[in-house]
Amino acid sequence: MSSTAVPGPVGRPRGRRLRDFSARSWVQGLLFIAPAVVFLGLLVIYPLVYTIVLSFADTNAKLKIVDWVGFENYTTLFTEDKAFLDLDSFPPTGAFVNNLKWVVLYTSLSLALGLLIAVLAARVRYESLLKAIVFIPMAISATAVAIIWKFVYDPDPDIGSLNALITLFGGEAQAWYGREDLVNYALIWAYIWASTGFAMVVLSAALKGISEEVIEAARTDGASEWDIFRRIQLPLLSLPISVVTVWLLVNVIKVFDIIYVLTGGGPGGASEVIAFSMYDETFTNGEAGYGATVAVVMLLLIIPIMAFNIRRFRSERVTE
Amino acid sequence: MATAEAAAYRPARRTASERIVGFIRKSPVHLALLLVAFVWLVPTVGLLVTSLREPADITGSSWWTSLLDWRYTLNNYDVVLDRGNMASSFVNSIIITIPATILPLTIAALAAYAFSWINFPFRDTLFLVFVALMIVPIQMALVPLLRLFRDFGIANGFGGIWLAHTAFGLPLGIFLLRNFFITLPRDLIEAARVDGASNLKIFMRVVVPLSVPALASYAIFQFLWVWNDLLMALIFVQDSDKWPMTIRVNQLQSEFGITWHLLSSGAFLLMAVPLIVFFALQRYFVQGLLAGSVK
Repeated sequence: MSSTAVPGPVGRPRGRRLRDFSARSWVQGLLFIAPAVVFLGLLVIYPLVYTIVLSFADTNAKLKIVDWVGFENYTTLFTEDKAFLDLDSFPPTGAFVNNLKWVVLYTSLSLALGLLIAVLAARVRYESLLKAIVFIPMAISATAVAIIWKFVYDPDPDIGSLNALITLFGGEAQAWYGREDLVNYALIWAYIWASTGFAMVVLSAALKGISEEVIEAARTDGASEWDIFRRIQLPLLSLPISVVTVWLLVNVIKVFDIIYVLTGGGPGGASEVIAFSMYDETFTNGEAGYGATVAVVMLLLIIPIMAFNIRRFRSERVTE
Repeated sequence: MATAEAAAYRPARRTASERIVGFIRKSPVHLALLLVAFVWLVPTVGLLVTSLREPADITGSSWWTSLLDWRYTLNNYDVVLDRGNMASSFVNSIIITIPATILPLTIAALAAYAFSWINFPFRDTLFLVFVALMIVPIQMALVPLLRLFRDFGIANGFGGIWLAHTAFGLPLGIFLLRNFFITLPRDLIEAARVDGASNLKIFMRVVVPLSVPALASYAIFQFLWVWNDLLMALIFVQDSDKWPMTIRVNQLQSEFGITWHLLSSGAFLLMAVPLIVFFALQRYFVQGLLAGSVK
């Protein structure tokens, strides 16, 4: 390779070649990335900065800035806005608290179920069929998932499958998405159902990467199936598990569509989450400044998760 | 001798009785997986069956009773396509999705090529900045974009949603494609360069043909993302004549109330294209997913 390279200063180390910029490659590089720079600069970075600025302002119905209010939007959001965060009631309520429930339950259960199904399915012949069944909801829209589960949860036991099942065993039909104490769990489960396939596919691929010989050797040495999972598979899965967790966390902080279609945030705002507050404040109430504040809170929640991801990504690169 | 050893090491082919014993010993696993299949299939199948029943039957008896009493109809689909405006919104979904897939695919591929095979200052820094934009939630851009599109005079057409989807699809695209492009053999690119090929020519004639799987993965991803999107359509498609299917399905609820014959058939029309794409191109889809998350 180096012997056929274009003649140049003798003994130039290969790594240095990256630092050689001819005027031509300068211009060409810029030309190739120019469309991306325009799109990202104008339609992502500029709006990002604009929204941060907007979060310190009061706006009129036309979404125009009328006044600067400093951190007032932020303090109102966390201290006075009962729909967003109400710490006086017990247990605390509000969109922020609902979203925390989502974060904990959705992330842990999607991950646990995905892992369980990946591990179990690897032991049977119909693995690929089963994995396809669990994965299908990943391909369809959250809107369709919401309709599918709204039907399952329908309060009429002649219609809703869940209530039909419950009444079949002598239980009582419930208004799963009509009750303030149930609605969030009903929604969270529907979204877990839709996302488990993602966790399963990534973890299953990682499981396949673990050498069969190691597992056979452990089995010959008398290790139980649980030992194999706990001592061999799980430690080797720690990286893909953290990848899946990051994806689930980011996804759950942005959750919106499924709630919008299944409950519209109801009953009485009981199923609102952060993204819902942002949409409502901005487009229903016309409070763009206040809505921008909610959006910035979302971003601030996502940044540390991604920072963790990038650090892991870097450390992995180093050991590679 | 070597084969004898191998045979001793590997479990021998099992007899029928051994298989039955193995199956029974594994029965808790089979039961658990049966339950999984049940929970993941029944909700969708229930809605599918419902979409094929007469409206009076839907409210009168549970959907599975119809499995014994076999009388299905495609009437609901007729009604929802016509009176529910799903036919026109199907066309809208296509008009929105195709440019919003091709545009980011092209722009991301060009940028990814430069980030892989052209030397220019701050290249790696810029790449990191671009990829870092993946973290920006669309909520951070809704209002400024809406105002920008109004200023451009494209708030009422499809222009706004095309541009917004393109911009927000780029970071993932650049990331996925660059990661694939740098794995192409260096000798090949260098040889083309020595032969005097321009970067554009190398991109078109060497890199793109060799990267079809990666390009397909990203295209499918972006296609499904745009097709399935509700939030961005709600904001950027203001004209109800231009609504995509996601908005239309949701709108069925407010227009007609919870009428299951319309909602179920509407939801299935919405799911049809992603399901076809998924089953036809599952391999690329899963590959893209793994490349995007694991690498």
